[in-house]
Amino acid sequence: MRIAGFLLLTAGWVIVTAALFLLNSPGPRAAFVVAGTAVQVFGLIFAVRSHRALELERD
Amino acid sequence: MPIPSLSPNEAIICFLLILLVPLAGAGLALVNSGLGRCRSAAHVMMSSLCVVGVSALFYVAVGFSWQGVVGRSGHSILMGARPWNWIAAEPFLLRGLRLDLSTESLVVLLQMFSVGLAAIIPLSAGSDRWRLGAACASSALLAGWTYPLFAHWVWGGGWLSQLGANCGLGRGLVDGGGASTIQAVGGLTALSITWILGPRRGKFSNDGIPAAIPGHNAILVLAGCFAAWIGWIALNSAGALLFAGVMNQKLVLITINTTLSAVASGLTTAIVTRVRFGRPDASLTANGWIGGLVVSSAAAAFLKPAAAILIGTISGALIFFIIDLLESRLATDDPGGAVSVHAVGGILGLLAVCVSDAQQSGQFLAQLAGVSTLLGFVLPLTYGLNWLLNKIYPQRVDQEGERQGMDLYELGAGAYPEFVVHSDEFSQRWN
Repeated sequence: MRIAGFLLLTAGWVIVTAALFLLNSPGPRAAFVVAGTAVQVFGLIFAVRSHRALELERD
Repeated sequence: MPIPSLSPNEAIICFLLILLVPLAGAGLALVNSGLGRCRSAAHVMMSSLCVVGVSALFYVAVGFSWQGVVGRSGHSILMGARPWNWIAAEPFLLRGLRLDLSTESLVVLLQMFSVGLAAIIPLSAGSDRWRLGAACASSALLAGWTYPLFAHWVWGGGWLSQLGANCGLGRGLVDGGGASTIQAVGGLTALSITWILGPRRGKFSNDGIPAAIPGHNAILVLAGCFAAWIGWIALNSAGALLFAGVMNQKLVLITINTTLSAVASGLTTAIVTRVRFGRPDASLTANGWIGGLVVSSAAAAFLKPAAAILIGTISGALIFFIIDLLESRLATDDPGGAVSVHAVGGILGLLAVCVSDAQQSGQFLAQLAGVSTLLGFVLPLTYGLNWLLNKIYPQRVDQEGERQGMDLYELGAGAYPEFVVHSDEFSQRWN
């Protein structure tokens, strides 16, 4: 689950950078940047929740 | 943004400001030491000194080669018919750089201190269980690779700073005092360290309920806040002169905004803890104060004083709730609140640029790209590097070390030798 979280964080960043580097029109570019950031929010939630699960298992 | 050309007087003012920046590191070290247990107090201060040294060495040896300065040599890639600068190409060990009062030399000096400040931040998260050698090795990775690469993108003419010229996104990523490069990078490294080390023994019960392990010395913590305040004013001022292209005349505004943000944040946390616990909490108020300084970092030169108060107030409330959330809901043991104060505060500071005079069309997207890079590149990179380091050289002290305390176990002497500091010694004396 933690790896999935980190993959989502990186995937979101790739979406953001690809939108900035490759898209010229402001509307789609902004939409992709916001979408990429939303993917990262999910990734962060995954990573943080996996840490909690691991800690409770360790105890 | 091209590198500013400073007049001799401006260069001297900038140099004097940079000389005050280590006070920010000293302040953080005091706060970290006071918020930890008394049996690890000397270890925290010793670690702070060592990581500042290791970071300075690695930054000068290799880090600056990747970071560079705007307008000097670098590598670019062509995408969408536009050049994107992604890494600098300076020689190792500062060879060929004029080390006088030139703007480049002032940048190097400020960065050498800033990277030390970033390296001190994770110490607070690893307090009471992070081995000294491992902290130094982790700082070497931070100063040699993670920090300079991201700092190049923001301050060295890299692709985040080019977003304005290449995509029409405002002025590109704006971060005068290092809310992202110093604070968020340090805070995200702290998050990685807490995840890798795990919580202190006895911090969480089997069902995940956290036990309170209060800081051992509120005086150190609050004195640290005063030292950090002076250091931060210098950091925000020097950073704004060198990286945000502001003039000397704005130094008073920067000082006022930095102070207003810190006091608003500290007072808000004091009020929130008074309402929540019945008394204002000194440790959390100190965290709020430092959080206010962090939040002011990116935009201190561009905010109106009322906006500085507003973002300070938001920061003071938010940091308290994030500290609570991380500890009570997410089983993250961060004794000094580094993740909440530096990572969350740094990101909030980056977004605060959008309510400042630096706001232009598309500025929000540029700042959001910075946040995205922190989460999608810096966090996985710093976690990956520290995870690998942990496989080669275990970072957490063994059980005996935690029981004895880091002072006795790693340094051979406690910070307070005249006091009985161990519960087992205490019980032997009285039973």
